[in-house]
Amino acid sequence: MDSSKLLGITTFIYMFSSMIYLIMFIFRIKKIGLLATVVTIIGVLVQTAGIGMRWLESYQMGIGHAPLSNMYESLVFFAWSIIILYLVVEFIYKNKIIGAFAVPFAFASMAYASLSTEFGKTITPLVPALQSNWLIAHVFTCFIGYAAFAVACGTGIMYLVKLLDKGDNPDSLLATLPSLKTIDDITHKVILFGFIWLSGGIISGAVWANSAWGTYWSWDPKETWSLITWFIYASALHARFTRGWGGKRIAWISIIGFLAVIFTYYGVNFLLSGLHSYGG
Amino acid sequence: MKSKKNSFWEFFASVKLALFCFFTLAIASIAGTIIPQNKPYEFYLGKYGDALAEMFRLLDIPNMYNSWWFISLLSLFSINLIICSIERLPTVWKIVTMDNLATKVNRLEKMTPRVRFGTVQPKQEVVTQVEQTMKASGWKPTQGEREGGTLLFAQKTPWVRFGVYIVHSSILVIFLGAIIGILFGAKGSIMLREKGQVPFFYAFDTSERIPLGFDIRCDDFTLTYYDNGAPKEYRSELTVLENGQEVLKKAIVVNDPLDYKGYTFYQASYEAMNDFWITVQNQNTGARQLFLAQPGVEIKWREAGINFGIVNMLQPDRWGRYRLKIWFSDGKGEPSVFWLDGKTVVTVERPDAPFAFKSEQVFATGLQVAKDPGVWPVYIGCILMLVGLVVAFFLSHKRLWVYVYEEEGKTRILVAGSSNKNKVGFENMFNALVEKLEENESLQLSKV
Ligand code: HEM
Repeated sequence: MDSSKLLGITTFIYMFSSMIYLIMFIFRIKKIGLLATVVTIIGVLVQTAGIGMRWLESYQMGIGHAPLSNMYESLVFFAWSIIILYLVVEFIYKNKIIGAFAVPFAFASMAYASLSTEFGKTITPLVPALQSNWLIAHVFTCFIGYAAFAVACGTGIMYLVKLLDKGDNPDSLLATLPSLKTIDDITHKVILFGFIWLSGGIISGAVWANSAWGTYWSWDPKETWSLITWFIYASALHARFTRGWGGKRIAWISIIGFLAVIFTYYGVNFLLSGLHSYGG
Repeated sequence: MKSKKNSFWEFFASVKLALFCFFTLAIASIAGTIIPQNKPYEFYLGKYGDALAEMFRLLDIPNMYNSWWFISLLSLFSINLIICSIERLPTVWKIVTMDNLATKVNRLEKMTPRVRFGTVQPKQEVVTQVEQTMKASGWKPTQGEREGGTLLFAQKTPWVRFGVYIVHSSILVIFLGAIIGILFGAKGSIMLREKGQVPFFYAFDTSERIPLGFDIRCDDFTLTYYDNGAPKEYRSELTVLENGQEVLKKAIVVNDPLDYKGYTFYQASYEAMNDFWITVQNQNTGARQLFLAQPGVEIKWREAGINFGIVNMLQPDRWGRYRLKIWFSDGKGEPSVFWLDGKTVVTVERPDAPFAFKSEQVFATGLQVAKDPGVWPVYIGCILMLVGLVVAFFLSHKRLWVYVYEEEGKTRILVAGSSNKNKVGFENMFNALVEKLEENESLQLSKV
């Protein structure tokens, strides 16, 4: 069993668990909720083994480095973080329906990682610029932040879906979703969590740039886009704390913010030029 | 503060302005990532046409992040932050330092969470018991006589209310660091051939020579490759010299620069020269000499009485491996002609003695040079920001009041609390305390 097999299996498990969560939600079959959670936990265990194995394999190849060094590995870690974060939310709020809105993001990330032909999936040695512990810190912090924003986007969508609920039928599909207040609370808390990690990600990136090139900030497109993303979430926090924004507006910001995350992470590599030719 | 409260002041203190700044900074930044930066005027002319190119020039778009209006926007943002903080800090200060025992009982009546109990126990006994129970749960109450009853008050982490201000001031500290860097820093580069030594570098913006105040020398540059041909390491052996004396030696690689007297030297690039270091050794006498050889130029080593030169060369492959064809004569019989690979030693038998040849390509190392006294303020600001964010997001100021009074010959207890955030977590904490009070048998509480 090698790491690529394990990670391939992970993709299927996440597809499977996304399906169970969706079926549970759409057909209101509460009973399979436990199955969904168990499958997801198995998925994340397999994935953890896969990531660990990949790490080990890089050492066996004599080019050992943490599996956070290219587009493929970061997508895998992104999916992993989403699942861990989601499981924590599920545990705290004792609500499995959120899974229908969060786990598909992890599946999408894994599917894209394994199917895309735009970047290599093999373990490659690190070029000199990437040989830094700050790189590990940078990717680690950024992707935990991104994962939080993915989950917040999921709950934001859930909020907008729940808004369609007229509240006239307690047995309707939408009535099974948590209350608007709860969804809003989850979105907000997850954004707070993500904001700290994104801040840490931008900071560790700056420290890395300074140790490699002597400039902590150079307005390179990727840096700039991470700052834009940061501004979007900062405005969400301020609007909420000082102007009482909540609910629908925050739900929309969580979606717009996540689109900015995707652009920072993916769009910049392919559409704009700059230092971070990392995924190429 | 009141006297300054005119509309001008209010404008700068408003969060609306902050949201405006976030929005415009974001939009401007997006523009800066879409329109390529720092290209010559012709580039914009070709890509966007006359009118747009001219407009870009007027608005400094090609160097947007340093333009007057972008800097002004950042300044507006800073002023906004400062004034907003000045405006709000006194209130926060008051909340943190206020005497909560002066809280009016009718305020407590409106708080959530809140519960009221009655008991037949005498008031003084109840106060003592409540105080003990609070202490046992980690609350440290103070007490005072209010409106005929006794008020107990305890709070946790009032200072977290300053968390937001730590975050806000961290941004100013980062800006301060950036300004220090712009005013007192210098950035540039040098291309240094192996064995080359310079007392200056070239500034990025003006291309001027900037004196270092000491000399920097590159003793050796090595480039190593992975099996797949990808570069593995760029390494420059550097020496710092003061008045001709070696004072510091360090081998730098990317991500591990050399620091000396406020200047930092980064491994940035390299260039392979068409010259070679050739070491020749007479194997009998042991005499050895290093020569700098260029293809097609004959070299004489008088003491040893020999001549040699590079007559042909095969360009390096992807692992940097080259081959040199060497012509070599000691004046005795036919000259030798042989191939010399990079870094291998070739020994040539001559009538007098065997001679060993070794070659190495000459490189120039590209060093980036930076002096930035603002880096430390920036880093301190970053740490402050992270600490402040954790405080602002995850800690809360919790307050708890217990009012014990007499009514209709009975003792009544009003327990009330408030928390500036995480209401759910606080309610759990509140309920845990209430439960403890209910379990306390000497209180004999009953709900009213
Ligand atoms: C990028 C810059 C900024 C960041 C990262 C930032 C961050 C924060 C954070 C984390 C909070 C705390 C929210 C909470 O209590 O959980 C906050 C609150 C606040 N911020 Fe900012 N801020 C920034 C800029 C500004 C600016 C320019 C203003 C100017 C008016 C401002 C005004 C406020 C106000 C009034 C609050 C509410 C404080 C309170 O709860 O009493 N912020 N900010």
